[in-house]
Amino acid sequence: MAYVPLADQDKEMEMHHPHNWVEEYVFSQDHKVIAIQYGSIAVFTGIVGLTLSVLFRLQLGFPESVDFIDPNFYYQAVTMHGMIMVVYFLTALFLGGFGNYMIPLMCGARDMVFPFMNMLSVWTFLISVIILMASFFVGGGPTGAGWTLYPPQTAMEGTPGHDMGIVLMLISLAVFIIATTMGGLNYAVTVLQYRCRGLTMMRLPLTVWGIFVATVLALFAFPALLVAAIMMLFDTLLGTSFFMPAVIEAGQPLDHNGGSPLLFQHLFWFFGHPEVYIVALPAFGLVSDVLSTHARKNIFGYRMMVWAIVAIGGLSFIVWAHHMYVSGMHPYFGFFFATTTLIIAVPTAMKVYNWVLTLWEGDIRLNAPMYFAIGFIFTFIHGGLTGLFLGNVVIDLPLSDTYFVIAHFHMVMGVSPILVLFAAIYHWYPLMSGRMFNEKIAKLHFWLTFLGAYAIYLPMHYLGFLGVPRRYYVLGETDFIPMSAQDLNAAITIAAIFVAVAQLLFFWNIIWSLKHGKKAEKNPWGSASLEWQTPDLPPKHGNWGEDLPTVYRWAYDYSVPGAHEDFIPQNTPESVEPTVDTEHFDPDHDQSKADI
Amino acid sequence: MSVFKHLAVKPWERKGIIGGLKPEGAFDSPAERVALSFFLVIASVVFSLFTVSYFIRMELPDWQPLSEPAQLWFNTGLLVLSSVFFQWARSASNSEQPKNLITAFIGGGVFAILFIAGQLMTWESLQAGGYYLTSNPANAFYYLMTGLHAVHLLGGLWVWSKSSLRLLSGAEAKEVRLSIELCTVYWHFLLVVWLVLFAVLANT
Repeated sequence: MAYVPLADQDKEMEMHHPHNWVEEYVFSQDHKVIAIQYGSIAVFTGIVGLTLSVLFRLQLGFPESVDFIDPNFYYQAVTMHGMIMVVYFLTALFLGGFGNYMIPLMCGARDMVFPFMNMLSVWTFLISVIILMASFFVGGGPTGAGWTLYPPQTAMEGTPGHDMGIVLMLISLAVFIIATTMGGLNYAVTVLQYRCRGLTMMRLPLTVWGIFVATVLALFAFPALLVAAIMMLFDTLLGTSFFMPAVIEAGQPLDHNGGSPLLFQHLFWFFGHPEVYIVALPAFGLVSDVLSTHARKNIFGYRMMVWAIVAIGGLSFIVWAHHMYVSGMHPYFGFFFATTTLIIAVPTAMKVYNWVLTLWEGDIRLNAPMYFAIGFIFTFIHGGLTGLFLGNVVIDLPLSDTYFVIAHFHMVMGVSPILVLFAAIYHWYPLMSGRMFNEKIAKLHFWLTFLGAYAIYLPMHYLGFLGVPRRYYVLGETDFIPMSAQDLNAAITIAAIFVAVAQLLFFWNIIWSLKHGKKAEKNPWGSASLEWQTPDLPPKHGNWGEDLPTVYRWAYDYSVPGAHEDFIPQNTPESVEPTVDTEHFDPDHDQSKADI
Repeated sequence: MSVFKHLAVKPWERKGIIGGLKPEGAFDSPAERVALSFFLVIASVVFSLFTVSYFIRMELPDWQPLSEPAQLWFNTGLLVLSSVFFQWARSASNSEQPKNLITAFIGGGVFAILFIAGQLMTWESLQAGGYYLTSNPANAFYYLMTGLHAVHLLGGLWVWSKSSLRLLSGAEAKEVRLSIELCTVYWHFLLVVWLVLFAVLANT
């Protein structure tokens, strides 16, 4: 029987062929178009989130200098910034954007396994964003309960957006989860079932591994948020008391009775902690591939990198209560979660070592994607180390709800993944657009962003040690916080505005280069992985022309001794592979072996 | 090859084509079946979290146990019949010359509709008895969990209705075999979920 690659079986018949402009670019079923749509919507929400952060930073740095920033607006801006950045920006961009673009190309497939459902996913995501943004325009405005939406505060009269704002937020989250589930089923099944011939799981680039495991986490963690959102909607709209305890508000008892706010916290963080890794794991994968390609070396310890991704994914489900040390939990409970938190640092640290060792003696090409990737190693180590502080109960208690926490999680899951996003966008820009970006502007963008991010977050650690609390509209006067803390806050705000404006360089660069950038040659970075081996640049609908590729090797054959070029693409057969030139081969410098 | 063996291979040492007709490590199943398996796990997580929340919430002092309507036993019978009919349809679709396929498949869906109607009747009888949604968390959980289960059934009925229309418009058994199989698996899953929910509701 003739071999029919699985990804081609019935695919030729089923592949959707657009008949007009609308089907090609609007209601498209092509994973690449959907990826761009997902990414564009996510970036739009990210710009909204960034703008909100500048506004509330203005209040913190220069209190009451802007008329319309009253306490209500401040809390609404902080809340929406947090939720938008974590869920609607980072999750959507990594999974919906990069997941959609990379998985079929890196797996040698023509498209996702369920293209129609993929299209439904992006449109459902858009609906969730519209519902979320609608809360800015309803009476009372969006919710200002903090991004964790803790009850009973969410529903109390004094909280901005306690009526329509919170309802729209919860509905939007539920719709987002439906979109993520439709997308996630596609990503997971495509990776498992639609790889091309010869592409074993252990030959997959780490990008696919990171996105695959993050997708599985999303599929199993988002239900916790859905359950919490449904019960809170019942409490808010129908008057039940799942989470709402007996509360007296302005002297009047509310109708609620006996609910458990702690139950909400457990459900929220059972989602919330894996969510950190839903963002981090794709970033780990993407940065591994960028580092390896631009260091011209195979990724160090590939197997250990895969194991670490899987281990982190599993462990991320048993650390959630380290976000709740101050909730009055039993000390043994705290001890358990402190232990699991420290354990998860082990595979994470292994990954950091392996990134550094990938650079060791590499033929490093310091271009813009590499700048961002190396910058990520710095910020991630920094944010990761402060995580070890906060993972310990006795250290977390005094630091809880201070700027130290803000500094920690922004370094580890704000700045770090965003640096990877920039690295990845610059790295794969030639593939997506067929053009090169402006290298000098990209490097300038890196330095302004990287140094600016440190100017924002490094002082925040110090503010945290001083005991400056997060979420306060104004600091006021205290005995323990010196007045100079306010000066530091002003400096942070100036740096934040500086970094926000610097992002214009990025947008200008990618938009200008779409038309004016130098035409990209095929596989401009000399990458071994499959996505660069398509017959067309950018790849056309169906990706692979007549025949699907066949894979003969892993994705990291860089600087193979004796090879004519310093990379061998995954679809190069052994017969074409150059043999080792034993006369000039120095085994001491053999970079082709990557035993762990 | 086991998962552990897969994860232990050294990919830099293995060159050449590995695997046969399907990529190594892929399930020997259509993609739809794999996707359904994932979905069943997701739905299990949702129902499990509701059940855990139920047990945590019932520890609090304002909980007043609800005496579940006896009609639930009758409804459970309807759902069992629904599953039996789906199983019958699945067996029929696998045979060379399917008999009673339409009767079995459509019968399965009809019993599921009757189950949902029966659940709505229990809601009405509880309301009539003064067991409102907001009067006690036990009531709220009853409405919430039975409602969520019914929503999952409605989702299944949407797929069932599409396949039924294809069958009624003359599609051959082999054309809808996979759809019938997936519906059957989904219905069995929802039966098991209901039995667990019923046991939890009835014993607490």
